[in-house]
Amino acid sequence: MQIIESQKSYDVIIVGSGAGGGMATKVLADAGLKVAVVEAGPFFDPADPKTRTQLKWPYESPRRGAGTQRDFGEFDMAYGGWEIEGEPYNQIGDTQFDWFRSIMLGGRTNHWGRISLRFGPKDFKGKDKDGLGDNWPIGYDDVKPYYDKVDKLIGVFGSNEKLENDPDGFFLPAPKPRLHELYYIKGAKKSGVDVIPSRLSILTKRINNERGVCFYCRQCNRSCSVYADFSSGSCLIFPAQKNGGQVDLYVNAMVSEVTIDENGKATGVKYINKEDRKQYGLTARVVILAASACSSARILLNSKSEKFPNGLGNSSGLIGKYLHDSTGTDRAFFVPELMNRKRYNEDGVGGLHVYSPWWLDNKKLDFPRGYHIEIWGGMGMPGYGTGFNPNSLNKYLGLKVGGYGNGLRDDVKKFYGSVMGVSGRGESIAMKDNYCEIDPTTVDEWGIPVLRFNYHWTDYERKQSKHMHDTFEEICHNMGGIPLGDKPTKEQDYGLLNPGRIIHEVGTTRMGSDPKTSVVNEFEQLHDVKNVFVVDAGPFVSQADKNPTWTILALAWRTSDYIIEELKKQNL
Amino acid sequence: MDRRESFKTMLLGSLGASLALQGCVDTTPPEVVEEALWKYTYGRTPKEQEFDEKLLCEEFFEEDELQQIETLANLILPPTEAGSIADANVVPFIEFMAKDVPEFQTKIKGGLVWLDIYCNAKYKLTFRSCTEAQQKEVLDLIAWPDPEAKEHPHEVQFFSLMRNLVLTGYFTSEVGIKELGYKGNEPNNWDGVPQDVLDAHGLSYDPEWLAKCVDPNTRGEIAQWDEEGNLIS
Repeated sequence: MQIIESQKSYDVIIVGSGAGGGMATKVLADAGLKVAVVEAGPFFDPADPKTRTQLKWPYESPRRGAGTQRDFGEFDMAYGGWEIEGEPYNQIGDTQFDWFRSIMLGGRTNHWGRISLRFGPKDFKGKDKDGLGDNWPIGYDDVKPYYDKVDKLIGVFGSNEKLENDPDGFFLPAPKPRLHELYYIKGAKKSGVDVIPSRLSILTKRINNERGVCFYCRQCNRSCSVYADFSSGSCLIFPAQKNGGQVDLYVNAMVSEVTIDENGKATGVKYINKEDRKQYGLTARVVILAASACSSARILLNSKSEKFPNGLGNSSGLIGKYLHDSTGTDRAFFVPELMNRKRYNEDGVGGLHVYSPWWLDNKKLDFPRGYHIEIWGGMGMPGYGTGFNPNSLNKYLGLKVGGYGNGLRDDVKKFYGSVMGVSGRGESIAMKDNYCEIDPTTVDEWGIPVLRFNYHWTDYERKQSKHMHDTFEEICHNMGGIPLGDKPTKEQDYGLLNPGRIIHEVGTTRMGSDPKTSVVNEFEQLHDVKNVFVVDAGPFVSQADKNPTWTILALAWRTSDYIIEELKKQNL
Repeated sequence: MDRRESFKTMLLGSLGASLALQGCVDTTPPEVVEEALWKYTYGRTPKEQEFDEKLLCEEFFEEDELQQIETLANLILPPTEAGSIADANVVPFIEFMAKDVPEFQTKIKGGLVWLDIYCNAKYKLTFRSCTEAQQKEVLDLIAWPDPEAKEHPHEVQFFSLMRNLVLTGYFTSEVGIKELGYKGNEPNNWDGVPQDVLDAHGLSYDPEWLAKCVDPNTRGEIAQWDEEGNLIS
């Protein structure tokens, strides 16, 4: 097949348009550089009424919002899912790694939980705490100025609490807690578990005249049509374009490899146009990968040449290694005092109004790293599944379960809003033996070799999960609640969800000062190829008990500043 | 051009002629297609829309099966002033879900036949031709799963599935949501739990916490901070 070369040449090609790619686009286009954003999925604008699902009712869909088409329900704004037809991935041995992809402009930022937590000083130096994993080559002070800038540019609500490892920032005001959250606060405090306002990138107050203010529909996962939540397209890429930036969007363009010249310098990328299935080439002075940790690793590993037989930038052999996800496990509570609730609109923002940051010292515990607790519940909009097992909670009230007739109407109304729950999200230890690699036996429908995964949890994570469930039950009892289902046992890994399930996969192109033990330097630049950068979560040395997005954004900005300087110095 | 032809031209012209839709218009009465396809207007990808069009055009249940589902649904949730199975479009919803979730298909079809077999043996009648008292006698056998049991007989599982689909179909409909009393899904201004609710639950907001919260009066003003990160607007 002949490669169709574009006549246009760019300063920078950015592969992927999620958090990292969006931020690089904004910073580099604002600096006057000519940018090509190459996105594997279709164009998407949350404001477009044709694709909008925000404010739709369940009865506007024939399946009432069921998750048969989209994994998080059909109104969720992620085009993709755990399995994508034509774009498979494989497992090694008994591995059960779940890989969530959202293939569209903005990627997973269109549907994510908007939980926007900075890493703290200790999070960059995990090895100093317990000797496990590695330290980052940079510390909180290196990233702090960028976290500050991200707070102000994108907007995040929260509160300054003067907590050592959950740093203060430039926050918008927090929404008041909902009723079940007040119950949680009461229960958690009794157990000495801290609770503070949550930190979500949702505009509870205006930050500029381009974006709207939250009108409290709780549907951030549907992507906000007035741009009151952070999605990469609406908050970074479109503003970069409107600001006069030279940004060309290539959509439905699946990058297969980074191309190089005879000196081993990157010249651009090759991609398959999903519409005509032909291969195209684009050239640029700098290539930035932001396709998500695993997809960027895949592109690099598939970029094989005589000079780089193991893949581009892979002289350390570490691309794909140290893959790790946050730990996670959940529990639902039935709170009898929340039965027969008075009805009022308590949608609030899309997600939790309060949360518990890690509150203990691991030196006194039998697992090395912490976790935070997220809270959910309330009188939410009914969807497919509302009314299932309509009176199963009767067993806690000494009443019969089952039956038929209009008593069921009363049961559903009685229990509405009385079930809430908590989720623990924690830090795992990055392991060299947990990895993704190219599976030479399988290609996707675009002819590109796919990934296969090898991943196993260790007792560090299992014991942490056990601690989560012990804590959950204690808090639940303090609230006068009843934990639902059985407490997961040792044989069930204490309820620890499959790796990948929390969708915080990081670490596949890890950062370090030594080219033998890392893939990129502290500016996310490949040690082996100076004009290739990775600005997704691949460079994370460790994924703290925080969510990765705010750190992806801060580092992508820092890297973009570095690229601008290096281009000025003609070093790239 | 007859009505059917003109409708087809109009439909294919306006929506773009997907293969599924062409097949659909050729095999299904146009008014059925018209109603099914133009009712649903939320954002879907072209692939998702094509899939839904295909399902909406397929007929999975026979007419008498649909009537049997309707009878059963009305026993599970008899009509009240608040709303009925018909108001909530529960039967079309169940029909769609049976096409959308293939695991449901044999369970539902098999369960419907089992109901008739059972009624025939006991009353020499089909389920639908039984009296309501007889129908309820049958339901009493299958509507009360043993909470301690590790596994349930197929007829109990069938009824539990139908009850789930009927209840969720009802409470996700316009009338069902109104009856449930859900108040959101519209632009509003969240300003905390109403005072009478706080009082009823013996709870109150901590003033220190409230100081960190949104002031509804100034949320339209552009945020500004001092160097320490304190909001000053």
